[in-house]
Amino acid sequence: MMTDAAPLMEARGVSKYFGHVVALEDISMQVRAGEVMCLLGDNGAGKSTLIKTFSGVHQPTRGTLLLDGEEVVFRSPREAIDRGIATVYQDLAMIPLSGISRNFFLGREPTKGAGPFKRFDVRKADRITSEELEKIGIELRDTSQPVATLSGGERQSVAIARAVYFGAKVLILDEPTSALGVKQAAIVLRYVAQTREQRLGVIFITHNVHHAYLIGDRFTVLNHGRSMGTFDKGEISMAELEKMMAGGKELDQLSTELEEVSRPE
Amino acid sequence: MTQSATGTEARVRSVGTLRRWLTRPELAAVAGSVLVFAFFDVVAGDSGFLTLGGTASYLEVAAQLGIVAVPVSLLMIAGEFDLSVGSMVGAAGMIIAISVNEYGWPLSVAVLVAFAAALLVGFFNGYLVIWTGLPSFIVTLAMLFALRGLTIGFSRLLTGRTQIGLGDAISGSPLMPLFAGTFGSFSVSIIWWLGLAVLATWVLQRTVFGNWIFAAGGDPNAARNVGVPVNRVKIILFMCTALSAALLATIQVLDAHSADVLRGDLLELQAIAASVIGGVLLTGGYGSVVGALFGALIFGMVQQGIFFIGVSTDWFLVFVGVMLLIAVVFNNIIRKRASEAR
Repeated sequence: MMTDAAPLMEARGVSKYFGHVVALEDISMQVRAGEVMCLLGDNGAGKSTLIKTFSGVHQPTRGTLLLDGEEVVFRSPREAIDRGIATVYQDLAMIPLSGISRNFFLGREPTKGAGPFKRFDVRKADRITSEELEKIGIELRDTSQPVATLSGGERQSVAIARAVYFGAKVLILDEPTSALGVKQAAIVLRYVAQTREQRLGVIFITHNVHHAYLIGDRFTVLNHGRSMGTFDKGEISMAELEKMMAGGKELDQLSTELEEVSRPE
Repeated sequence: MTQSATGTEARVRSVGTLRRWLTRPELAAVAGSVLVFAFFDVVAGDSGFLTLGGTASYLEVAAQLGIVAVPVSLLMIAGEFDLSVGSMVGAAGMIIAISVNEYGWPLSVAVLVAFAAALLVGFFNGYLVIWTGLPSFIVTLAMLFALRGLTIGFSRLLTGRTQIGLGDAISGSPLMPLFAGTFGSFSVSIIWWLGLAVLATWVLQRTVFGNWIFAAGGDPNAARNVGVPVNRVKIILFMCTALSAALLATIQVLDAHSADVLRGDLLELQAIAASVIGGVLLTGGYGSVVGALFGALIFGMVQQGIFFIGVSTDWFLVFVGVMLLIAVVFNNIIRKRASEAR
């Protein structure tokens, strides 16, 4: 695990208000190269707003973002992508009935020829796709088969591989395992670990503590738009994380209430 | 699904050539063409269906539909309908005839004006669909009525008639062999049809624009997120469908030496039917031009085949309806199989 390296990406005192609604209040967090930073929180904790701020969809109301120690402002998702911030959303931005290699290169198709004969270099796209997928353990004889033929975990992995291939330095994964079964989630987690080895900074958003604890190096917990702090894996247990996510006191109160309900008259 | 338990060992999946072929979108249309051909071969073989003349006649019918069905299938793959192509054929035909007959313009200028008008209508259709966010089904349905009405209204206003004969006014034009010529016993429209199908297949399968067509219909939001100019793709395709209608109008006017405000009636639905028989998904994102080509071929063979059998051509539409239903059911099965996890 990394210790003293400068952060790849950092948020300093980021707040985001929508009118009177406080979505985020004074969030500070960082991700370093070669680590998986897990962003944990219950539904409505502000996870989505925070990653949309990182990926240029929203601009912070207050506070700053730093990339390689340098202050940056992303006015659009495109700008964030161009600076190497790749976000893999839950819906993956893939066309299910279209071929895998066609999806892999959608919007960034390789071409050959010139003028009116400029064309989509299908062979090159197929070759690179098949090479890149082989690296993550998905071997296909036919990369033109529809994305829909892949399993959920594989689809998620292809979306990540695409972001890595196109030069991502920081990879933001939005609930990549939430909709998956145990086996499929394992495929994705294994691949995320592999990505970390390539010295990328990974921000892994989830509400599943079990998945987070398996893969994370550090954890930042969000609750009601506020950060409950950032913890190294060594200094916090899974149970403590879970409790913090649910807002400790509320969970204590709930367990007391449940006890009272179930107590015989 | 074949999932390895260890994960480190690679999984190799073989996709048999047969299986790959059996999941092609155009399978139903190709098989249907063979069946229809075999049927008329047996039933009408001795009545002229198989002769050179018979072949030329059903190919010409197929070509006239196919010229429009090819771009219509591209537009449908991009997720949009164009119901105004039939009205566009009537409008473009009258533009040519009135320009030549009433104003004495050279035929080439009249044809260019008709093409320009078609590009304008196509752009307007596309722009309206994007700008209003309404389904193209509604927008182009409105255009179907409005354009037909404009054609009839202006024709009567300018000429007092709804049909215009051109007689020998265009006979010597150098455009005649290009649009109404023949090679052997075959109409030149067949060349246009096949040429357009080859071009459209190349664009769809081998160009970046083709990849964007699939994406625009498959998931426009996902496509926009990765930087595909979805709106531009759609507007260009609306212009192509209108342009193909003007091309068909030119062929018909030059061939028949006349124009009629009602030309192209129901063509829009036949073009959609040919595309759907050809495996194009109604909701977009999937299909092939080759399928639409065979879909048009089926139309041609059935229409002329029924004529050769000597059965009243009234039954043609019944056959089309049944064919359409069978093809769609079949296509659904194929598509489901193509997208199953292997």
